[in-house]
Amino acid sequence: MSARSRVLRWAIPLAVVPVLVLLAYGFRTDPRAIPSPLVGKPAAPFTLTAFDGKPISLESLRGRVVVVNFWASWCVPACYDEAPSLERAWQAYRDRSVVLVGINIQDKEEPARRFLDRFGHTFPNAPDPAGRVSVDYGVYGVPETFFIDRTGRVRFKHVGAVTDEILKQQLDKLLAEPA
Amino acid sequence: MTRALPLALLLLAALATPPPLGAAPVNEETVHEIGAQLRCVVCQSLSVADSPSETANQMRGIIRERLAAGDSPEQVKAYFVEKYGLWILLAPPRQGFSLLVWVVPFVGLAVGLVLVLLLVRRWSRHPAGASAAAAPDDAMRARIRREMAEGER
Repeated sequence: MSARSRVLRWAIPLAVVPVLVLLAYGFRTDPRAIPSPLVGKPAAPFTLTAFDGKPISLESLRGRVVVVNFWASWCVPACYDEAPSLERAWQAYRDRSVVLVGINIQDKEEPARRFLDRFGHTFPNAPDPAGRVSVDYGVYGVPETFFIDRTGRVRFKHVGAVTDEILKQQLDKLLAEPA
Repeated sequence: MTRALPLALLLLAALATPPPLGAAPVNEETVHEIGAQLRCVVCQSLSVADSPSETANQMRGIIRERLAAGDSPEQVKAYFVEKYGLWILLAPPRQGFSLLVWVVPFVGLAVGLVLVLLLVRRWSRHPAGASAAAAPDDAMRARIRREMAEGER
């Protein structure tokens, strides 16, 4: 009896350990966070027609650092929060072989144009009407921002509103790398 | 023969003309089948086949497009996995780490069954020893009778 009760005295608290481990893991991970398998891989090529009618293709930007930002006019407030930062980054880095490309997804043309007018975006922006580019980039929501290095590899993915700090940090890092 | 020739020509012409636009050579059931195995990326726990969202609609379009281009259903799924990771599959694949999800419940069930069997066997080997010891002796019987009589009063 005493041997059995000794075993039980240890077994019951020990049984709690795996449960605690599982809970600790479960509460620390964000169930909505999706790891992107694309970081480190070559960025999917795309050719789109911008809102101003000009073609944009990733191929033609090889050799430059490219920021691809997926957005929608209905994405409140994150897309509205980050919009001024994107334009600021474009103004600050456009002369340093950095290109920003905005890709408007799951949206209608008229509100999208109104969004661009409202923030006075001067970097190229294009709609992705069939959603092909957004699936190629594994986008699941807006906004998402991809940083592509000079060799055309995805180096960083930011989910949610991007900030001046994130843009500066990532761009400076990628610009410091040899071309 | 003279009458069959124009008919044959007509048939040939019919075969040569491409199918009308909109009637894609893609089996919609296959599209549905693939969509049912993929997670709708903007939804909570809905498949691409079941979601009415615009994104899911576009994803169905991409499935259709890839099938029309000659991809097999496996290749279409592999494309989505390449872009979104295994997360996009509603059922984890039966290999690698994900295999655990498929195996552990059955192992647990087997272990539980064995435990229950062992316990049942042990209990049936010592039949109610404790309750036999509690059988009332003469003194107890007398006391019960006395107290019941008091209760009736």
